[in-house]
Amino acid sequence: MLRACCDVPLLHLTPRAIGSASERFRTFPVLSALGLVILAMLLLAVPAAYGGPERGWVGRLVHAGSLAGCVGFMAIAVAALLGGAPAPLPLPFGPPWGGARLALDALGAWFLLILGLAGALASLFALGHPPGPARSLVPYPLFLAGMALTLAAGDLFTLLLGFEAMSFASWALVAADHEQAENRHAARRYLGFALFAGACLAAAAGLLAAGAGALDFAALRERPPEGWRAAAILALVLAGAGAKAGMVPLHAWLPLAHPAAPSHVSALMSGAMTKVALYVLARFLFDLCGPAQPVWWGVPLLVLGVAGAVLGGLRANLEADTKTLLACSTIENIGLILAALGLALAFRGRDLGGLATLAAGAALLHALNHGVFKTLLFLAAGAVLHAAGSRRIDRLGGLIHAMPVTAACAMLGAGAAAALPPLSGFASEWLLLQSLLAAWKLGDITLQVLAAAALALVGMAVALAAAAMLRLIGLVFLGRPRTPRGAGAHEVGRLERAALVLAAALTLAFGLLPGALLDLAGPAVAQLAGAAPPRHGLGLLAGEGAAAYLPWLVALLLAACLLATWLLLRRRSPQATQRGPVWNGGFIDPPLVFGDPLTQPSAGGIAQPLRRMLGTSLLAAREVVDMPRPGEPRAGHYAASFRDPSEPFLLAPLARATDALAGRAERLRDFSLRQCLGLGFATLVLLLALIAWLEGG
Amino acid sequence: MMQALAAILTQLLHVALVVLAAPLLVGGIRWLKARMLGRRGASPLQPWRDLDKLLRKRPVLAENASAVSEVAPYLGFAACLTALALVPSFALGMALAPLADLLLVAGLLALARMALALTGLDVGTAFGGLGAAREMSFASFAEPALLVAALSFVMLAGSSNLDQIAAALRDGGFGLRISLALAAAAMLAVAVAENARIPVDNPATHLELTMVHEAMLLESSGRHLALWEAQAALRLTLWLALIVAIFLPFGIAPAGAGPLAWALGLLVWVVKMAGLALALAVFESAIAKMRVFRVPEFLGAALLLALLAAALLFVSTGLS
Repeated sequence: MLRACCDVPLLHLTPRAIGSASERFRTFPVLSALGLVILAMLLLAVPAAYGGPERGWVGRLVHAGSLAGCVGFMAIAVAALLGGAPAPLPLPFGPPWGGARLALDALGAWFLLILGLAGALASLFALGHPPGPARSLVPYPLFLAGMALTLAAGDLFTLLLGFEAMSFASWALVAADHEQAENRHAARRYLGFALFAGACLAAAAGLLAAGAGALDFAALRERPPEGWRAAAILALVLAGAGAKAGMVPLHAWLPLAHPAAPSHVSALMSGAMTKVALYVLARFLFDLCGPAQPVWWGVPLLVLGVAGAVLGGLRANLEADTKTLLACSTIENIGLILAALGLALAFRGRDLGGLATLAAGAALLHALNHGVFKTLLFLAAGAVLHAAGSRRIDRLGGLIHAMPVTAACAMLGAGAAAALPPLSGFASEWLLLQSLLAAWKLGDITLQVLAAAALALVGMAVALAAAAMLRLIGLVFLGRPRTPRGAGAHEVGRLERAALVLAAALTLAFGLLPGALLDLAGPAVAQLAGAAPPRHGLGLLAGEGAAAYLPWLVALLLAACLLATWLLLRRRSPQATQRGPVWNGGFIDPPLVFGDPLTQPSAGGIAQPLRRMLGTSLLAAREVVDMPRPGEPRAGHYAASFRDPSEPFLLAPLARATDALAGRAERLRDFSLRQCLGLGFATLVLLLALIAWLEGG
Repeated sequence: MMQALAAILTQLLHVALVVLAAPLLVGGIRWLKARMLGRRGASPLQPWRDLDKLLRKRPVLAENASAVSEVAPYLGFAACLTALALVPSFALGMALAPLADLLLVAGLLALARMALALTGLDVGTAFGGLGAAREMSFASFAEPALLVAALSFVMLAGSSNLDQIAAALRDGGFGLRISLALAAAAMLAVAVAENARIPVDNPATHLELTMVHEAMLLESSGRHLALWEAQAALRLTLWLALIVAIFLPFGIAPAGAGPLAWALGLLVWVVKMAGLALALAVFESAIAKMRVFRVPEFLGAALLLALLAAALLFVSTGLS
């Protein structure tokens, strides 16, 4: 009976209705509109340069303009998803050997929708927020425009242009609050990784273009790379786009840079920018590298993704700063999306079209869901920072009483991040787990064992995310205030609340209707998977209908059970609730205003079980207890620390290598004129030889 | 039409059955354990009497308790009840069978766990935070073991739908497979951990430094405590019913069967659940509680067993 109702499509779009709708959208100049919106955002940077503390209207203008532009992105993305890809639009600039052009196919449109949603929510929040430093106003619209240009690129030149604009604008935003040394440190490291990512992607684009002799995507698809060239592109794109997305082991910048930026920018960086990097990865590996890659292409994505999911989930349980915790949770979610993309590549290589659509759908849906709930959580962290004056978990607490709306919205977002049904995170992670449960169909026993291990680690990552979200909500919003400043918190303003409530409503709605969203993403899924996805209708289907998830029915059942329990208990247990002092195992707090805050669980205390169970082996976590001997009058001390494995294994050797190279380079100063000329000549000859070889090969 | 009515009727009967059986199961296990330890033990009906008593008491909340303390008990109970409504007991083909996905059941249990942990943290007491942190940490070892154990029977049944798994394993003639036995062992270990039973946690103690589950309930009283106790009973019933439905599916009434088959299925289900309860009581009486930081080893062993089960299946499907 239920099987019948889950087959009913949501939108009641008959073929003719779709046809006429797509006709209407086809005549609408989607790309011209998109180009104009991007141009308007660029122009918005001009008045922004005149901003300052005394000119509050400039900040409002910039954020209102960004909000309007992001709503435009959303409308254009939905039009392109429903109406099909418009013909590419040439731009009046670009390199002489191939003009720049805009194009928007389903894949780009889906990510543009994510950008529009996250950007609109962040801009709305910023509109109500007290203006930060004026120097953050100029790069903000440029950041949004750069991301949109990357997604709307029709050739490699435009793609790299947008990508670099996004990188440098976001670097300026990370550095906006550069009075603090830690922010300067974060910005420096971020710039290093951004340059590395750009260099890798430029090299990958060069390899692609050299093989095809053109820059635009249509020509590149005609002649996909082969042999070592394809493998080199895989490695370069993984390093370049992966570094920008926060893929392990190139994630070291992310827990520093995301918290350093203003909160609405952190939300955009986590919610949208990492997704744009994933889009670039998918564009190169799934689209431009040809219709089919060998099965092993999926393995590095799967392995790195799963490693990132566990590492990010674990670090989120150990961090003591709300925004750093959320940034680590972003590493975890990016890992899950990467794992789904890797599975989709492997399934596509094995010609398992149905499973490839399942995994690709999981990746795209989780990208959207994460884009919304992570934006919500970062905005909530920003509201807490503004209202309670701190990002440190150990200085917050009990905020649910002072900030009920923020707390309720943050709980919904955390529930989605913890993959609780019927919220949005569960739907996409359900798809991912279903595709992992079916991965044994890949056949090869190595792949099967790898997929079984990935299943276990994804399960662990999901549970770790739940623990991290409990820690965030439980310590920041529940309990008692831990400082006088935190006790004096207040609810945030109307517009900020509106942004939070809107994001929470979207999290709920996306959780209840994931099938409709996947149907909207259908063309993009087909582009990634190389096969037409099934129509999901109201629920989600997996394995040719062998398993189904009907979130609205689950929500109805839950609501019915809640109502029945409440009605029953109201009759059986009519006594009103009474308030009394806290029992707390008989312990009586010293008579302070809100008890002794140190008798509450702390950020480090809640982390202790996981730090000991997993942290000691994975993150080299250490606990040092300095207990004074009996009779000694000094206080005891307890210190816990951990170290991300990328620090000793990647960054430290890199720093040593840089120092050594710099030492070598110093010797060049002592060269004679003849030696200097010889060096220049040798470089020229080498470059010419490289060109000759690439042209020939 | 008749079939739809039968499906709805079995669903309603199933919900009534498990709600009635859950406190009896808890009481029965307590009674069995007491008998094995040479005590007389309270009647198996005692949990029902306790629930009735708690409902009549006036609930007291801490002065700084938020709405979480008032809503979470209802949410946790409703999530467990919804999950239990999906796990087949005496008959297949219940009205909610298309919804009965194993991952959804795990998700609903995670929702109940989150509600409980939030309650533990709501007032800001040391014990509550301790219990919540440990509960969530155990889950990050239990979930992988559960998922990999699920991989074995999902591979065999071709679906993660519990109704279809039970039907496939009942009719498929898979016989006694080593991989299924290994997966069953892993599931039992996960069930012990998820229900806070010995050796992971001791459900009979209060105010012990190593406790997990009860530590989060210290501030609950009256109907809130009654709801949490009922939720724990539902969760225990759910896990035992899950293991019965997957690994011992014989005797269950097929979809579309008549009341006679239902009665038979009910009889067989009661016998199977009683057998599992006896096994659990013997196991708990014979073993001591382990240290908190030994629990990852216990669940890691379950994960290894489950991986072994899956690897055996990979090899056997590759050979055939």
